[in-house]
Amino acid sequence: MGNVKRSPWLLHYDGSSCNGCDIEVLACLTPVYDAERFGIINTGDPMQADIFLITGGINKANQEVVRQLYNQMPRPKVVVAVGVCACTGGVFKECYNIIGGADTTIPVDIYVPGCAARPQAIIDGIVKAIALWQEKANNPEYVHAMYESQEEKEEKAEKEENK
Amino acid sequence: MAKQSIIPFGPQHPVLPEPIHLDLVLEDEKVVEAIPSIGFVHRGLESLVDKKDFNEMTYVIERTCGICSFMHGMGYCESIEKIMQVEVPDRGRYLRTIWAEMSRVHSHLLWLGLLADAFGFESLFYQCWRMREKVLDLFEMTTGGRCIFSVNKVGGVLKDIDDIMLQTIKVTLEDLAAELRIVSKTFMKDYTVESRLRGVGILTKEQAHNLGAAGPFARASGIKMDMRTTGYAAYGDLDFDIITSDECDSYGRCEVRIHEIFQAIDLIGQCIDKMPKGDIATIVKGNPNGEAFVRMEQPRGEAVYFSKANGSKFLERMRVRTPTFANIPGLLETLKGADFADVPLLILTIDPCISCTER
Repeated sequence: MGNVKRSPWLLHYDGSSCNGCDIEVLACLTPVYDAERFGIINTGDPMQADIFLITGGINKANQEVVRQLYNQMPRPKVVVAVGVCACTGGVFKECYNIIGGADTTIPVDIYVPGCAARPQAIIDGIVKAIALWQEKANNPEYVHAMYESQEEKEEKAEKEENK
Repeated sequence: MAKQSIIPFGPQHPVLPEPIHLDLVLEDEKVVEAIPSIGFVHRGLESLVDKKDFNEMTYVIERTCGICSFMHGMGYCESIEKIMQVEVPDRGRYLRTIWAEMSRVHSHLLWLGLLADAFGFESLFYQCWRMREKVLDLFEMTTGGRCIFSVNKVGGVLKDIDDIMLQTIKVTLEDLAAELRIVSKTFMKDYTVESRLRGVGILTKEQAHNLGAAGPFARASGIKMDMRTTGYAAYGDLDFDIITSDECDSYGRCEVRIHEIFQAIDLIGQCIDKMPKGDIATIVKGNPNGEAFVRMEQPRGEAVYFSKANGSKFLERMRVRTPTFANIPGLLETLKGADFADVPLLILTIDPCISCTER
């Protein structure tokens, strides 16, 4: 897996956002902003995606969907929370159906603020995500952890407990 | 009879920017029935009336949807103005109309792009979105935001547009209309595009009426219904016709929306020519007491705003009925008997806005 240089694939899922960030994410991929020049491509298939862009907060209905999408992605993977709703819950934080930001459900690496997040900020987030993704892919410890079987993980945990 | 099978569609699907889940009952390649389940975007936005006062609610209601955000704020403000019997100054009404019609232009261009994407015409998708950026630039220059504008307030608008900017808007939109005329030829006359649209997803006038369809979806089935004719904001002073089509299929829906973009550009031109001088907002004092009901034509169809106040700072109840909600029964009707490959296209033809619907 080592020595990954570029061309991660990107998956976008709308949590419970108001559409503002979604259309900005899409606008990033169209000619005026053209995030695809950084070698990424938008895909609809989580099993082929490396970067996960999530917009909007988490509610009870989409929590399972988000978790499933995250688990289906192959490692190494990077999660970018786009918009203030995905970061903290935003203006909807006090609503009865909102649990909170994306980090209540999955580990988030990069936070892009804004309501709605501007395309420039989203592109900045994507560029940072690419760097982090390359770092993860070229990190021997992280790569080794990817190939550990369940038994090995349990052994490791036991050893640490004995210490 | 062929064996029936159920295929889940969504909530995460490449063609859908937003999550909606459908269980499609298939017989071979034909859809027999579609069972929707929604709730992935539900936030409980209306409950915030307990926590935010009626002025702050303007900005919350705007965040119902990022595509038609201006009109949501405008509908809410009009309902409060109706309760408090506030007269919005003429210039305020005209500015609202300009921004509302600009929202319509950008929303329909967005839809045309997504439609092109759904039938696999990527370059057409890019062309539509490139043109849409021009409208967004105008929004950024006049309001400061690209999706969420926050220029409405109870009693008028917060920002004024000066004469030079008004002329810039007019010139830019005229250029846009010229470009759109070229692109619309591809939508209307291209053989491959027509073969994907014509005769797909037929909804007759009677069905559309019985199922309570709204907006361009209903107008494409020949129903003459447009809330702008009720004359809210400055629409009473402007001259326009209701655009309808008798095609009753996806082609008709595309046609209606393309003509509506030209109509919106024309309406903005009329507003700029007639733009009155004066204040942009009246000063509002006190708290609302009573209830009001406002109907408004959004890019997707008729939206209804209901506010109930009890004389305190906080409203008692705020309710929005959005056009996509009215169009879902019509969508399920068009899906019956459709090919499986046409399902994404048919879902798009109602111009779904799930975050409006679920709030």
